[in-house]
Amino acid sequence: MNIVEKILARGSGKSKVSPDDVIFANVDKVMMHDVSGPGVIKVFDKLKKQGISVDKLWDPTKVWVAEDHFVPSAEKVSAENIVKLSKFTKHYGIEKHFKYGMGQYGICHTISHEEAMVMPGDVYVGGDSHTNTTGALGAFACGLGHTDIAYVLLHGKIWFKVPETYYFKINGKLPDHVMAKDLILKIIGDIGTDGGNYRTMQFGGTGIDEMSVESRLTMCNMTTEAGAKNGIVEPDQKVVDYLSSRGATNFNLIKGDDDAEYEKLFEYESSELEPVVAKPFSPENITIVREAPSVELDKSYIGSCTGAKYEDLVAVAKILKGRKVKIRTEILPAAISIYQRAMENGLLKIFLDAGVTVGPPTCGACCGAHMGVLAKDEICISTTNRNFPGRMGHIESQTYLSSPMVAAASAVTGKITDPRDLQ
Amino acid sequence: MESFKTVKSIITPLDEVNIDTDQIVPKQFLKLVQKSGFGKFLFYNWRFDEKENPKPDFVLNNSKYVGSHILVAGDNFGCGSSREHAVWALQDYGFTVIIAPSFADIFFSNCFKNGILPISLDQKIVENLQQTTDPIEVNLETQTIKTSSDEIFFKIDSHMKKILLDGLDDISQTLQFEDKITDFEKRSKIPSVL
Repeated sequence: MNIVEKILARGSGKSKVSPDDVIFANVDKVMMHDVSGPGVIKVFDKLKKQGISVDKLWDPTKVWVAEDHFVPSAEKVSAENIVKLSKFTKHYGIEKHFKYGMGQYGICHTISHEEAMVMPGDVYVGGDSHTNTTGALGAFACGLGHTDIAYVLLHGKIWFKVPETYYFKINGKLPDHVMAKDLILKIIGDIGTDGGNYRTMQFGGTGIDEMSVESRLTMCNMTTEAGAKNGIVEPDQKVVDYLSSRGATNFNLIKGDDDAEYEKLFEYESSELEPVVAKPFSPENITIVREAPSVELDKSYIGSCTGAKYEDLVAVAKILKGRKVKIRTEILPAAISIYQRAMENGLLKIFLDAGVTVGPPTCGACCGAHMGVLAKDEICISTTNRNFPGRMGHIESQTYLSSPMVAAASAVTGKITDPRDLQ
Repeated sequence: MESFKTVKSIITPLDEVNIDTDQIVPKQFLKLVQKSGFGKFLFYNWRFDEKENPKPDFVLNNSKYVGSHILVAGDNFGCGSSREHAVWALQDYGFTVIIAPSFADIFFSNCFKNGILPISLDQKIVENLQQTTDPIEVNLETQTIKTSSDEIFFKIDSHMKKILLDGLDDISQTLQFEDKITDFEKRSKIPSVL
């Protein structure tokens, strides 16, 4: 069995599972946020009206809650939702509720690794499509709708069809100035936004071994944009070290068997990779940066679960050090812990000296919610994950998706720029 | 959830691929959580201009399609954000069947929780259906679509079929066995997570 099959076999108490088997798995962790949470509360209200008991959750210690999409509260309705969410967690005794303005909080997928909320081998579900991110820790991580999350909250189980697995073998370390974001965009460009539908995308090979945990998180994060059920990397010592430094103990490192089967193998040579961007209006619309259209950018946005982890900010700082931005540039660290490290290590000073506005952790303009959304005809380069029409604001705005380094280099020149070409 | 019955109606053709959930319900409406009433936000940015006037060239604003319960769209329908609001909006607007060559995973699953039947068919068949102007009949029991000239068989997972036919979402379905579950939990010493 491969890693996904082994995790699902463990989760469902079976000795073996195969692709297309429908299994009922015990869930180890479940997450909801300020958009899916109120949706789940609504489902609970409906169940109550039908006379179904929602008096207690299956296990409040396995539930955690993030505030990220419309926080700090964008306006009255989102403020109401935050109040509703707080009442819910208090009522059901959920202690792991990361509230803005009260220490650590941030984008749910970032909290999942920053706070070691999810462990290798876990079956982890969240009320958000980028739950896939956390597969980089060696967990089976996938997004669900509100009704499914409500079900998991009550019963601690959910059914899955065991996915087929595509194996992406990456040979060799990524060259300088080429980031994990470039690689995953390249892969999406090759297989298309539905190329991974219903599949697990597993990443391995020496290129992944060499990668930091945070780069692997970027890879798994955007498997969502390929339509995949999830993404996964087999856990190694780097994952153990990463989670240990965040207080985790007791690891159960599940890895695939030597004779594991995969539906398809894809191979990439790292040395052939270059910085790329996804042009509007699809993440599969890939071109290498040096061949990108010469458009006048209005904005550079460095944020989100995809592109505002600590490592991403370090890469941005390398580019911005001693330079000034030419267009509006925003940096929103994805969690308070990242913000704090950025402050302690002098990154914030580099950003502010360059003329950047540094904002609080939030999904913000990534999903067009608030904190810098785009006007009609505005063109943005962004470290986020989607560039569908209107994703970051006006339906006639445009977003180019890029790595943090490309977004920073482009902020300096005002045009889409390969960081290797900066003067 | 109401049980799914046979649906007979004309189809609404939406010949676009990769329709993502933000096109189905734009993010500005996500803060609202009443499950009903989302129909008015369905395809909002495609349906209405800046001044909230209907755009005449968008298919839902064509009076010909008023009362249609069957949406026929392109590949990878429902990709993007996992927002269940997208399904709520389609259902509230009146669509009970969505036909496309393929669906995004979470969207597909959300449909069954809300009484919508997603049907995946070959590209060629979907293209033909998009041209159909006569009413078609979708029968879940027999897994067939009857057009004026043809009868098309579609596949559906037997469990999902039962969910829709019985009008039970997963929760109500499990809770039919609540007594047995409680009884088992009282007797069982097995930890809830193995």
